[in-house]
Amino acid sequence: MKPQKAAFAEPLALACGITLPAFELAYETYGELNADRSNAVLVPHALNASHHVAGVYADAPGDVGWWDNMIGPGKPLDTNRFFVVGVNNLGGCHGSTGPMSANPATGKPWGGDFPVVTVEDWVQAQARLADRLGIDKFAAVMGGSLGAMQALQWTLSFPERIRHSIVIAAAPKLSAQNIAFNEVARQAITTDPEFHGGHYYEHGVVPRSGLRLARMLGHITYLSDDAMMEKFGRTLRSGALGFNFDIDFEIESYLRYQGDKFSTYFDANTYLRITKALDYFDPAAAFGGDLSAAMARAQAAFLVISFTSDWRFAPSRSREIVRALLDNRRVVSYLEIDAPHGHDAFLMEDERYMNAVRAYFGNIEL
Amino acid sequence: MTDADRALLASRPDLATIAQWVAPNARVLDLGCGDGMLLRYLWKERGSHGYGVEIDDAKVGASVRNDVNVLQMDLESGLSAFGDGSFDYVILSQTLQAMRHTEDIMREMVRVGREAIVSFPNFGHWASRLQVVKGRMPVSESLPHAWYNTPNLHLCTIADFEDLAKAIGLKIEERVVLHQGRPVTLLPNLFGSLAVYRCAAG
Repeated sequence: MKPQKAAFAEPLALACGITLPAFELAYETYGELNADRSNAVLVPHALNASHHVAGVYADAPGDVGWWDNMIGPGKPLDTNRFFVVGVNNLGGCHGSTGPMSANPATGKPWGGDFPVVTVEDWVQAQARLADRLGIDKFAAVMGGSLGAMQALQWTLSFPERIRHSIVIAAAPKLSAQNIAFNEVARQAITTDPEFHGGHYYEHGVVPRSGLRLARMLGHITYLSDDAMMEKFGRTLRSGALGFNFDIDFEIESYLRYQGDKFSTYFDANTYLRITKALDYFDPAAAFGGDLSAAMARAQAAFLVISFTSDWRFAPSRSREIVRALLDNRRVVSYLEIDAPHGHDAFLMEDERYMNAVRAYFGNIEL
Repeated sequence: MTDADRALLASRPDLATIAQWVAPNARVLDLGCGDGMLLRYLWKERGSHGYGVEIDDAKVGASVRNDVNVLQMDLESGLSAFGDGSFDYVILSQTLQAMRHTEDIMREMVRVGREAIVSFPNFGHWASRLQVVKGRMPVSESLPHAWYNTPNLHLCTIADFEDLAKAIGLKIEERVVLHQGRPVTLLPNLFGSLAVYRCAAG
């Protein structure tokens, strides 16, 4: 298994009004597409991940796919049975066309001029990839968090091209508080002196401290209060208070470490765009805020899963989606897993969660 | 009918009565659906479309395995996820007695459904009465738990249930009383251990 690239010469009209003349998507596949082409499952990524969904590369055994506990041979989404596609989204920084790519108009990197992309745009681009791979209809699209929003959007943009939508730790739109956290993250980046309006590549610098702060803030929202207390408590790094502004508590060390690590491999322009895509996602907006009316187009069967300790996208947000599906008499199952980890629970091992996904895929006919 | 269906109907005699009452291709909501086998049976044999509501993790998982629509929700907080009149039948099989908000759920059932189907163990059965007379809390086939570990909160007799139905304005359309899987017509509140009702909003 190795990453691949698909180049698309047909222009793509984006929601913002800009048309990309051409674009590339980085993707990976696992398992084999069957003769009927009925076993394909798309797994879009959330905020910071990539097309590297499962497994390891032969030359980089330490680089394990971000959802490797869920996807692979014999795993809940079993690649012995299903053909799984992972894709890096448009605007990303893992090989797909994005701010680091060359702007055909100037020959220089797009930087701050790369368009603001939306979940709808991503789904349109993913559909092009499906065409390229010969997939008329996905058996399922499965995602967590922002990935779940894409799994939901698929049922609205291409209702006839998706049989099952697996929507985990999602919300039908962001709350004011969700947007507020994103805005602080963006401000951290855009006010970094090294940001240069997004054209930092030209200056040979990276707004690292802004990206680091954005990531630290994000991590606070991914964990529950209880999980953070359980994991770090008030444990002191060196056993005594320092009476200075270095690291006293383990939680500070953890956040700094996560921020530092992220700022070395992720692109700040991509981070800005992904948080905007989150903020803009609101399929009910075109229906006067009526999510049930918006979901009337969906034909897919749904599995919706939330986690009780997730305060970023709480169970009540998933229940809004379920209610809209019930109003439309759609096929839907809903699980509310009593897991302690917060939003990150969708990436964790939990027997109930894993078994339900395994059972659900087991019942998908090929 | 599969072997699993036969085993199901044998283990839960009220389910055969309930299944008979459900018209073909009906929309069904099964409250406290357990492993979803009743819904699965109604779907396969009667062409019904429906959902189960269940709170227990293991049972929700079993319902997903059985390929029925299951919604993990707490019945005690009502049926607000469901619109008025969205089902032909709302089923509450041997769960009423374990609920805290007994009146509320019965009102909710006839709000979201055209008919409510309710079954419960009859506390008025002679064996229960005898045990109480002997100074003991009843333990029987239909009430298998001891007083200290029973999930049951609101046990009632057939006469009690009918009083409540009347008080909250439910119209009883049909009643079947069973003991050991067979219908009881003579003095049902004394000789029946399991009661099954079909009610509508009055």
